[in-house]
Amino acid sequence: MNQRTLVTLCLSLLALLFASLVLAVTFGPADIAPSEVWLTIGHHFGLLPESPVSRLRDAIIWELRLPRVLTAAAVGAGLALCGAVMQALTRNPLADPYLLGLSSGASLGAVAFLLMGAALLMPLGAFLGAGAAMALTLLVTQLLGGATPTRAILAGISISALAAAATSFLIFWSATGDSYREILSWLMGSLSGVVWSEALLVLAALALAGLPILLSGRALDAFAFGDTAAATLGVDVARLRWLLLGGTALLTGVLVSIGGAIGFVGLIVPHVVRLLTGSRHRVLLPLAMLLGASFMIWTDTAARSLFAPRELPVGIITALLGAPIFLAVLLRYRRIT
Amino acid sequence: MSAGLSVHSVSVQLGAQTILDAVDLTAEPGMVTGLIGPNGAGKSTLLRAILGLAPIESGTVSFGGTDLLAMTRRRRAQFATFVEQSAGTDARLTTREVVLLGRIPFQTVWQVSPSAEDTSLAEAALAAVDMLAFADRLYHTLSGGEQQRVQIARALAQQPRLLLLDEPTSHLDVHAQLATLALLHQRARAGGTILLALHDLNLAAGFCDALILLHDGRQVAAGPPEQVLTPALLRAVYGVDVTVLRHPRNGRPLIAYDLPG
Repeated sequence: MNQRTLVTLCLSLLALLFASLVLAVTFGPADIAPSEVWLTIGHHFGLLPESPVSRLRDAIIWELRLPRVLTAAAVGAGLALCGAVMQALTRNPLADPYLLGLSSGASLGAVAFLLMGAALLMPLGAFLGAGAAMALTLLVTQLLGGATPTRAILAGISISALAAAATSFLIFWSATGDSYREILSWLMGSLSGVVWSEALLVLAALALAGLPILLSGRALDAFAFGDTAAATLGVDVARLRWLLLGGTALLTGVLVSIGGAIGFVGLIVPHVVRLLTGSRHRVLLPLAMLLGASFMIWTDTAARSLFAPRELPVGIITALLGAPIFLAVLLRYRRIT
Repeated sequence: MSAGLSVHSVSVQLGAQTILDAVDLTAEPGMVTGLIGPNGAGKSTLLRAILGLAPIESGTVSFGGTDLLAMTRRRRAQFATFVEQSAGTDARLTTREVVLLGRIPFQTVWQVSPSAEDTSLAEAALAAVDMLAFADRLYHTLSGGEQQRVQIARALAQQPRLLLLDEPTSHLDVHAQLATLALLHQRARAGGTILLALHDLNLAAGFCDALILLHDGRQVAAGPPEQVLTPALLRAVYGVDVTVLRHPRNGRPLIAYDLPG
């Protein structure tokens, strides 16, 4: 793919993201025009002292929809980034935070902290859970006889099942009535009821973990032929692996603590981008983030609109779209499993 | 002090097992040095140890008097590199992109795309291994032999003063084997230091200026091919009977296996 097509693709994805951000806010029970979205944003940034938008509609846009759409974008970008990094680091085309058990570990950590009464520390619990699950998955993969994609997935599934069982037990043990239903919906992956503080947390985590990951793009390319090849290209393999795995665990933890275990985004999006642009991470990582953001905005919009006023957990939609693609990738790579 | 590679008393342990036992070797600039020995003799481990890719128990490795193991990986990658025996990938990279990987040690973190110099060095390296016509093909669609040559091109793009190769001819047909070794020979004559592990004794005899014979992690002989490829040494190390002839044209040793019947 030459430079010009690449720039065109990049600009198209950026345009798609901006259009998605504005249009998704207009979707919902109250009919909102794109111009009202701009006016409200302008008003809250102090550019418009007097907004012609009514206070109710202002609140719907600013308090309900904008934080949610922004969170969806950040979650999609983060999941796509985590997936792409894990695929490169483990040289496993099937790697994704959900399939390798990180999301379930993060859920367990978040639920444990929540039920211990430390709701504010849920992101920390999720990060610890994601890190522990990742370590266990890598360990089990080694015990199964070394890294191949299938072994890693099997390890991920077993750790995931274990974490999910522990989570279910914790909820069974201590949650009641309404909170039960709420936790269950969040577990399936849902951005319902997201507020500004959560949106800002996700955006901050994305910036904090995303920047070093994006800057490691070229070093990730060096992993295409394995650890030895990366080392002969001057990459400090152990340090980079810790940095990137730590970054993905942190990001996954925060994403899961806000949006629950939303599966397959980290799998689908990098594969689609790779088909378009190839595997150079300098290009792949930012484009996967852009596409992941738009993808998540629209799946989340569908999740809250399809069965309105009821909310469908968005994780169901991503799984519905992602599982067939997972299967396709599996079939395509069957020779290396 | 050697101007080239100097390995002194290097030992490598793997658990309780000794893989390399106080191995010495030198490889001089301008020469192709061959590493021979049976499977499990420690050839690959030695090559890896020289670049700090295998943990060394004791010993020193220097190049031109500089301690190779003390320098940063990036610095080391700027003048020494290694071509592995087989390098597969599932990444969707074109041949050109794979060769450009060799420029990573020279690029900065903030650089978005390869420089013009990187691109021209990559193309020159592809031309050197006769693969320029394949530059825009996806690497994973190439044959094993073609991939091997691209890996050598990747190493050449690093402009290494020290080039190590593990069985660079293993996937190649006879023509490609000879072409590859001739290319390495030419690189050596241009001033490079080349150390390669080889299985085929006749290729080693024909192309290497010096040979090092490893057996059970020890160096048992080193010197010009005619001193290393002797019936007695080959009998002791490989357990085979051979007759060593002279090539009628170039006078180099020619190994004939004494087969029964």
